[in-house]
Amino acid sequence: MSTPLVDMRDICISFGGVHAVDHVSVDLQPGEVVGLLGHNGAGKSTLIKILSGAYAADSGEIYINGEKAEINNPRDARAYNIETIYQTLALADNLDAASNLFLGRELVTPLGFVDDDAMEAETRKIMARLNPNFRKFNVPVSALSGGQRQSVAIARAVYFNAKILIMDEPTAALGPHETQMVSELIKELKSQGLGIFLISHDVHDVMELCDRASVMKNGKLVGTVDIDDVTDDDLLSMIILGKRPGEAAEG
Amino acid sequence: MADTDAQLAPPTARKNLLQTLEIDMRMLGMLAAFIILCVGFNMVTGGRFLTPRNIFNLSIQTVSVAIMATGMVFIIVTRHIDLSVGAVLATCSAVMAMVQTSILPDMLGLGLGHPLIPWITIIVGMLVGTLIGAFHGFMIGYLMIPAFIVTLGGLLVWRNVAWYLTDGKTIGPLDTGFSKFGGINGTLGETGSWIVAAIAVVATLYGIWASRRNKIKHEMDVKPVWAEAVLAAVASGAIIGFVAIVNAYEIPTRRLQRMFERRGEVMPEGYTEAYGIPFSVLLLVAIVIIMTIIAKRTRFGRYIFAAGGNPDAAELSGINTRWLTVKIFGLMGLLCAISAVVASARLTNHSNDIGTLDELRVIAAAVIGGTALSGGFGTIYGAILGALVMQSLQSGMAMVGVDAPMQNIVVGSVLVLAVLIDTIYRKRAGAT
Ligand SMILES: Nc1ncnc2c1ncn2[C@@H]1O[C@H](COP(=O)(O)OP(=O)(O)O)[C@@H](O)[C@H]1O
Ligand SMILES: [Mg+2]
Repeated sequence: MSTPLVDMRDICISFGGVHAVDHVSVDLQPGEVVGLLGHNGAGKSTLIKILSGAYAADSGEIYINGEKAEINNPRDARAYNIETIYQTLALADNLDAASNLFLGRELVTPLGFVDDDAMEAETRKIMARLNPNFRKFNVPVSALSGGQRQSVAIARAVYFNAKILIMDEPTAALGPHETQMVSELIKELKSQGLGIFLISHDVHDVMELCDRASVMKNGKLVGTVDIDDVTDDDLLSMIILGKRPGEAAEG
Repeated sequence: MADTDAQLAPPTARKNLLQTLEIDMRMLGMLAAFIILCVGFNMVTGGRFLTPRNIFNLSIQTVSVAIMATGMVFIIVTRHIDLSVGAVLATCSAVMAMVQTSILPDMLGLGLGHPLIPWITIIVGMLVGTLIGAFHGFMIGYLMIPAFIVTLGGLLVWRNVAWYLTDGKTIGPLDTGFSKFGGINGTLGETGSWIVAAIAVVATLYGIWASRRNKIKHEMDVKPVWAEAVLAAVASGAIIGFVAIVNAYEIPTRRLQRMFERRGEVMPEGYTEAYGIPFSVLLLVAIVIIMTIIAKRTRFGRYIFAAGGNPDAAELSGINTRWLTVKIFGLMGLLCAISAVVASARLTNHSNDIGTLDELRVIAAAVIGGTALSGGFGTIYGAILGALVMQSLQSGMAMVGVDAPMQNIVVGSVLVLAVLIDTIYRKRAGAT
């Protein structure tokens, strides 16, 4: 295998005695989609928040393109072209779609004032691609439906030419049609050479979209498998029993 | 953005009149309350409330609190509070009083009345205010002490630092140039005021036109032309009306005579002159424009509202919310210093109790003006209207002869009532 795009090694973090992530290692190749599976509370979101700079790990190392990376805050992660769709979406409800999409990276006029016109135009362009039905450009995102909010969060991650994309349950609030569109998007981005961490608890999605899957339980890594080597049931038993398919068969 | 509240109203098939005018309902309610208040006091006082003299006084009394209220909007929008503004104002005022009455003229030998004294004094004052505010912001943002505690401590500390600086004595009279920022001692005169009015009307009309053109360019709904015309007429009318009123307030004959005597001239028989717009009011207008631009057109302002709407989202978007807190409180300190200029210049001295209870007036102005304590919503113009309501209430009651304790009881009750109405309104509009 070539040098991984992302290599998280032996990551630990605990919150007041709870080992949310306990010696977990995962990696990601360019053009690869790695699924992260596990029950609620398994530690998936916490793990990727360490990669996106939201949390600082207690111990462990992150390598980007083979080089040790210091990611201490979300700005650092962005500098490594890591973009994240958070499970909570992380939108400022009182701002409109364009302000959210460009939050922290506003387009400005030559005089340094925020250029709302330009940002709205760009937002219209990307939304035409991601969610052609989206019309609510001039209202706060609190007035949007769950699916619309989700598409704003997805647009924000996709717009800035990420090399590494983290998607934490990106289809949670979407209907079947919109979910299908996200699946198409993931395939398209993958073909462009992005590496994608896809957190999901839908085994079928993972089987369809991912190349490999890492399963977590109670903060620990159960194992990482090639999707071609396993069945839906294998993954399910890893999630539920916390054992790799081989172990389950032997045990 | 800050001004989106009006758009939250549920869409209905047929727009009513107010929706056609696209007027912020809460704003309209406040405006109505303000007008009713003024007309009511005017009736009770037998026409003494709405005289040019009283309106002039009302406007110069409001400036100091209104300036600070614009900064308080940013603080409350980011879910903080600042209880120290009155005390910081006092410290800035004390420092500036010392700089202009003793340090510059005596110790640095500029001599009394040197034309640079007001400007150096003001720069020193603004520096002191900004540093104090930024220090508060540092403790809140980086040391994670709640703003309530930091500024409650600051209230006690700075009020008494001011006392130590001056030994509790009143310092005055202040520099005559400096005193021009206080109101009655510095006005634009009749002609100058009309010129300002003309510029303001042209700017307003241009603003309305430019915003309409911009909306059309972005294929957004625009108001019918007649609705724009109504708004333009009301806005221009308000500007012209205000200037006409302050231009109708004439300088008392004896004061005019003294002014002529000082110039070694004799006042012609029957000569009259009006005050016109006070410099302090112009200063407030400039601050309102700048603060509105900051709120709507700068990254700083965008981050303030983002951090107020969802602090986690702001942080995850790479906004340095700690440094943002330092900047917001630094700006508040700067505005306290500017208010200190206006407040001490109005009295032409620094007194020990200057700015006492201003923190409550300033917070009340911002909150009555529609700034949500839950964060994320607030407008600069709302805070100004809030300050006007508070000041009219207080002055009106004084004029009617309500005693001071009862005045405070009424003001306190109005504040609570205003927040109650606002809470109900927001629930109806589904804004929060
Ligand atoms: N900021 C936090 N403070 C305290 N506990 C946390 C925090 N974030 C996550 N946890 C805990 O860490 C564990 C893993 O949570 P999470 O990563 O959200 O799981 P998942 O995304 O797999 O559902 C849970 O027990 C959760 O309560
Ligand atoms: Mg999660």
